[in-house]
Amino acid sequence: MKIDIILAGVGGQGILSIATVLGAAVLRENLNLKQAETHGMSQRGGAVVSHLRISSDTVASDLIPEGAADLILSVEPMEALRYLPYLSDNGYVVTNTTPFVNIPDYPAPEQVLAAVNALPRVVALNADEIAKAAGNSRTSNIVMLGAAAPFLQLDFTTLEEGVRSIFARKGDAIVDLNLRALHAGHEFAKNSIRL
Amino acid sequence: MQKHLLLGVEAIAQGALDGGLSGVYAYPGTPSTEITEYIQDSRQAAERNVHRQWSANEKTAYEAALGMSYAGKRALVCMKHVGLNVAADAFINSAITGANGGLILAIADDPSMHSSQNEQDSRFYGDFAMLPILEPANQQEAYDMAYSGFQLSESLGLPVVLRITTRLAHSRAGVLRKEIAAQNSIRLPDDMRQFVLLPGIARRRYNGLLEKQKKLLELSEKSAFNSYEDGADHSLGIVSAGIGYNYVAENFPNRNCPYPVVKISQYPLPVEMLKRLSDECEQLLIFEEGYPFVESKLRSFFSDVPHIRGRLDGTLPRTGELNPDHARRALGLAARPTQPIPALVAARPPAMCQGCGHIDAYLALNEALSEFEKGHVFSDIGCYTLGALPPYEAINSCVDMGASITMAKGAADAGLRPAVAVIGDSTFTHSGITGLLDAVNEHAPITIVISDNESVSMTGGQQSAAQGKIESICRGVGVEPEHIRVLTPLKKNHDEMVRVFREEIAYDGVSVVIPRRDCIQRAARLKKAQKSENSDNK
Repeated sequence: MKIDIILAGVGGQGILSIATVLGAAVLRENLNLKQAETHGMSQRGGAVVSHLRISSDTVASDLIPEGAADLILSVEPMEALRYLPYLSDNGYVVTNTTPFVNIPDYPAPEQVLAAVNALPRVVALNADEIAKAAGNSRTSNIVMLGAAAPFLQLDFTTLEEGVRSIFARKGDAIVDLNLRALHAGHEFAKNSIRL
Repeated sequence: MQKHLLLGVEAIAQGALDGGLSGVYAYPGTPSTEITEYIQDSRQAAERNVHRQWSANEKTAYEAALGMSYAGKRALVCMKHVGLNVAADAFINSAITGANGGLILAIADDPSMHSSQNEQDSRFYGDFAMLPILEPANQQEAYDMAYSGFQLSESLGLPVVLRITTRLAHSRAGVLRKEIAAQNSIRLPDDMRQFVLLPGIARRRYNGLLEKQKKLLELSEKSAFNSYEDGADHSLGIVSAGIGYNYVAENFPNRNCPYPVVKISQYPLPVEMLKRLSDECEQLLIFEEGYPFVESKLRSFFSDVPHIRGRLDGTLPRTGELNPDHARRALGLAARPTQPIPALVAARPPAMCQGCGHIDAYLALNEALSEFEKGHVFSDIGCYTLGALPPYEAINSCVDMGASITMAKGAADAGLRPAVAVIGDSTFTHSGITGLLDAVNEHAPITIVISDNESVSMTGGQQSAAQGKIESICRGVGVEPEHIRVLTPLKKNHDEMVRVFREEIAYDGVSVVIPRRDCIQRAARLKKAQKSENSDNK
């Protein structure tokens, strides 16, 4: 198997926690992984991206080539659009619909959502609301990971184990909260995929 | 064996720890910071009593590492590319003194200037100093090179340069660890004059360095990190350096590259290996991250060079970091279909955080300076450099660490009034104190704003060397106590801050204004850590 994922968001939104859970899951499956992150200046509220590549074979490049990503997983709708040149012909976009407005020229949110919804293969969800309904809006990242689950070619139980191992240190309540978020995102995606 | 998921920088840290490290010395700088942070957080490092405190700047870090090497122990010194400009005096001379205990300089270049003022290529420094350079292509090599770099350094009696670039520094992959090596005991140099660079001794040592070059070349020719992979089609030969190898390989998924490929990860360049490629191929394509270092060298190596393609002839962009698509185009492979970025997508540059004390300081400074035309504020390197951007547009320079104070002084010498410097607490202790002394000695009419958030914030909130010492440093250097003014940069204090700025700008001598408030990111992190500690204790 091989899957190339662009993880997108804004510095401070915590896309790296999604990558961490996936990393833990992938190690468990004995697959190869390369994951390039954005550190440094952009973490101060700038656009941040992580290239996450999982494969049963050796992964050569730390960066995904243009037109080759199987999935863009974004925690912010405009950031999902920024990386479209990386998406392959039959790739999917899974994005949060809650805009993160920290620049004066952020476009009209309804135009951003219209552009997102016009994509041929997209799952768009209000992860903040779903996370809140599942217990805590701060788990919206894990909701997004759950929504991406149908595209990951990984057993859902592997993702659950990833969540458990990453949050175990914080106690059972936090693990359960994040597992609920993971399931809520997954349920949404299963019900909304247009295949 | 279990693989460990490590960033390139973390792989260097773990490799050095397992290789018998006794001390890491560094000043924070993207993309090198996490090497030291990893060691600071490592239980293994704590158990082995590895030195792991931050240094005031890259020069003090390098010199302390050299001192540990003098004493016979293994030392790692880490910095970003521009940090080596600061440490260059120590670095170049350390090639003449040589090393005793293993000494590795881990140097992280930032092509594309993601978080930097330039994209200088540290391989030129390594070449200039005539030292061996290691350049990993992947995380495993980063680990292996740090691990074995100490032995290499000790066997040659020379420091070793370990060069990485941003992408590998901040990319994670599985790494296999080796057996943990013992730390060295104290063992002074056999020659008590080895480190005494008086001219007579330095000349002898320099000749020794020149004599070692042949050995360095031999090591490169047979290095396991360098390789010649043959291919059937000799119309093209590829030379790839460091992470560039991966970008070429990406375009041949089943490793079915038809062309011969020389992979370079240890320098000096293996001339024989390259000569074979040059002799056997009609054209050469050079794929390297950074400046056209290999490309320039190759042109000078062989009298009958084949056609060389790379960054200098326009095959590849002259600037910026490379990626697999650059390799794809250079190899003449068909591009994959892609979609454009929709026009409505706006740029999202980094910005100062909401609630940051630098913002309150800038708003007050801008008002205090509003009666003058623009262009009087010299600044420096840190989060506050973002004050150059709208809506603040509060500063007019950012050049190198500490340059705010000295440039303000030079402009004041030229007659510019007022001349204001804005510098952060950690940048001040890094390289601002000596400039302040120049200004005090000449009673220069400048106003220095030390915007103090009590942390090295741009790189993630490391401990600032300045903590609690700024006023006493300023007094000690000779700033008059009544012209050292401390403020709390909050909205409610705006009018008072404007008044103080105006008073000190009007003063015809050196004054220091210190707006001081915790970095809000660091404060939030400390609060979170405190909370988690409390709940752990329950």
